[in-house]
Amino acid sequence: MPALNPAYINVQDFNFWYGPKHAIKSVSMAIPECQVTAFIGPSGCGKSTLLRNLNRMNDLVDGVRHSGDITLNGTSLYDPSVEVISLRKRVGMVFQKSNPFAKSIYENVIFSLRVAGQNKKSELDEVVERSLAGAALWDEVKDRLHESAYGLSGGQMQRLCIARAIANRPQILLMDEPCAALDPIATLKIEDLIQDLKKEFTIVIVTHNMHQATRCADRTAFFYLGELVEYDTTGVIFNTPAQDRTEAYIRGLFS
Amino acid sequence: MAKDHPILTYSVKPPKGEAQVWLTAMGLAIGIVMVVGLLGLILKRGTDVFWPKRVVEIQLKEGGSLLGEIVLRQKNLKTGREEWLVHSGNKSKDDPGSAYRYVDTGEVTGTTEPAGVMKAKRMEYGDALFYPVNLTARDGASLRVSDAGFNEKLKALMKTGESERRQVEKLEKVEIGRINQKIQDLDNKIKVNPASAESLTAEKASLQAEYEKLAAQARGLHEALGKDILRCRLVGGEERDQAIGELIRIYEPNKLGFWSRLRTAISQFWDFLSEDPREANTEGGIFPAIFGTFVMTILMSAVVTPLGVIAAIYLREYARQGLLVQVVRISVNNLAGVPSIVFGVFGLGFFVYTIGSHVDEWFFSDALPTPTFGTGGILWASLTLALLTLPVVIVATEEALAAVPRGVREAALACGASKWQTIQRVVLPASAPGVLTGVILAMARGAGEVAPLMLVGVVKLAPALPLDTQAPFIHAERKFMHLGFHIFDVGFQSPDSLAAQPMVYATTLLLITLVVIMNLAAILLRNKLRKKYAAGTF
Repeated sequence: MPALNPAYINVQDFNFWYGPKHAIKSVSMAIPECQVTAFIGPSGCGKSTLLRNLNRMNDLVDGVRHSGDITLNGTSLYDPSVEVISLRKRVGMVFQKSNPFAKSIYENVIFSLRVAGQNKKSELDEVVERSLAGAALWDEVKDRLHESAYGLSGGQMQRLCIARAIANRPQILLMDEPCAALDPIATLKIEDLIQDLKKEFTIVIVTHNMHQATRCADRTAFFYLGELVEYDTTGVIFNTPAQDRTEAYIRGLFS
Repeated sequence: MAKDHPILTYSVKPPKGEAQVWLTAMGLAIGIVMVVGLLGLILKRGTDVFWPKRVVEIQLKEGGSLLGEIVLRQKNLKTGREEWLVHSGNKSKDDPGSAYRYVDTGEVTGTTEPAGVMKAKRMEYGDALFYPVNLTARDGASLRVSDAGFNEKLKALMKTGESERRQVEKLEKVEIGRINQKIQDLDNKIKVNPASAESLTAEKASLQAEYEKLAAQARGLHEALGKDILRCRLVGGEERDQAIGELIRIYEPNKLGFWSRLRTAISQFWDFLSEDPREANTEGGIFPAIFGTFVMTILMSAVVTPLGVIAAIYLREYARQGLLVQVVRISVNNLAGVPSIVFGVFGLGFFVYTIGSHVDEWFFSDALPTPTFGTGGILWASLTLALLTLPVVIVATEEALAAVPRGVREAALACGASKWQTIQRVVLPASAPGVLTGVILAMARGAGEVAPLMLVGVVKLAPALPLDTQAPFIHAERKFMHLGFHIFDVGFQSPDSLAAQPMVYATTLLLITLVVIMNLAAILLRNKLRKKYAAGTF
């Protein structure tokens, strides 16, 4: 195994505006390869915005602009030669609300391959099994792959979305509060899954649940009002934070 | 008591809003009454046409009597007495007046229902009511009505007559038509290339000879049809000869029980559905009109659906939402309010005169100056109606697109789909039920539209259907018949409006049924899609 890159994703003095609103203020951070990095902070602190910039999902919003740069393994995301579609193929994303398509379970998983023009049945079958197994869903759905995805439970749907996100073997997996709409048991399953997935993928997860951050994340970043307040290993952030604001937040003094 | 329970001493006001409940319920009630009333009237009058009525003989004060069906009983406002509308039929070449007359009940001394009376539907001059006397067949057989086997012989002769009529029809419509077409083609060739005239004249002469032969054959059949005679006695005692070959259906209305009446009604309804109109559309069936309406509506939907969906996708998904798009959107919505006759005029000017005449110039110059596409036809009518119903589809599709949740779009984009792939694979399928709602509304509007069609291709009587077994099978340039126009034509353009009235109701009933059937099909499809894409939002 090659040595892991400690600055796989590198955010350099990044600023971001929604129209007049300054959503991210001069954030710089290095996210290491094959680890779980958690973004925490109160609502509206910019953590989701930063996450959505990592696959340029925010491009879709009207009236946004940015300054600074984000590099992925040394290449700028905003380099004119970077095609946003191929970028998104390398950076998978799981959303807060599970959002399967109105298709069969099978077609949901291979959606990213279908849009890439991959139609070979044997290969697709293999990807479906590998991805669903990777999302710890294979045993539950292997007998009904061709039924509608809407027949699944909430937790299963979210795992299906994870399977869909990893089907194309991305290098990075972005998770935007993936357990916010799930019950505790489904949440636990997904947290276990994250531990498995980090062997293969670099995971960035946004969460409101601090226990989740302590359970899953190797490193944690605390955002407040668009600024990166503190960024360190999870142990340091939760046990001996350097900043008063971090301590106040993790003790629940404000949210 | 009130003093012991102070809490009850407050005056209790009735909760507000109850009056509004009644108001809204009243709105619905008015709607229901109107719909049920209108549909009920059409259903009653429309089905009444086919139900065989009893024929009564009415004795009149002034002497003499009248044989007929009492179609309507109403109070005469002038005399204050009841009056009857009596359908007595029996129009003829010498007596082409109305088949209907009003009878003042003050003039009536009595009525009877004679058992022996016979009602006949004829190829010409409508119905006949008479007492049969005897029949003379071309093979020399002669039977009196009281003889055994009279009815069987009559039925057998009618059957021969029917098959001979069909032969004549085939000869005249198909075979002679084909020869005429060939002769016309030859004429065109000669016109384009006068040098070839000599070699083609011989060919033309042989066609001409063939034509003469077929025409003679048809004439012979026509004559044969007139050779079986049924002698009929009318109520006044006058006797008339009726060619049996001209009879389509006979029955004895006063002898029929409930089931045989029902059978007759169903059989007459089927004839109405499946046959061509006769006698300036006041008799016979309306099959060409049903078929024309159906084909036109399908063609229209096939054009308007892709056009509307594409326009809506651009407006909603690609165009930068701003003042210009807003103006376009409002303009499209307002198109729905433009009077339909304006679309008709536009269709005539743009499709028929501009595009049609150019198509003729480029592809059908042989036939000029006879226009092929440069005159109204089912294609131009469908396109005109497609324009008319476009706003409905655009608005419905835009709303359906807007209702697709953002999360699903983002999921597709995050999987590396391009914008078009997202629309095509995720957004459009999810909005299909909404699109279909728009198509349903467009079909309902288009199928019932008459005014613009009168300018772009509808006719009172079309010689041929827009789809048939002759190559190239789809004749998009042909003029066609339409149920809505048929209602207008029969109800308001025919000389005997009383005779036409039942046809108007029956045609209206069929138009509504056709629209309902097409809508039901679309609704079933939509429900199936909805089930498939259910829970798209949660």
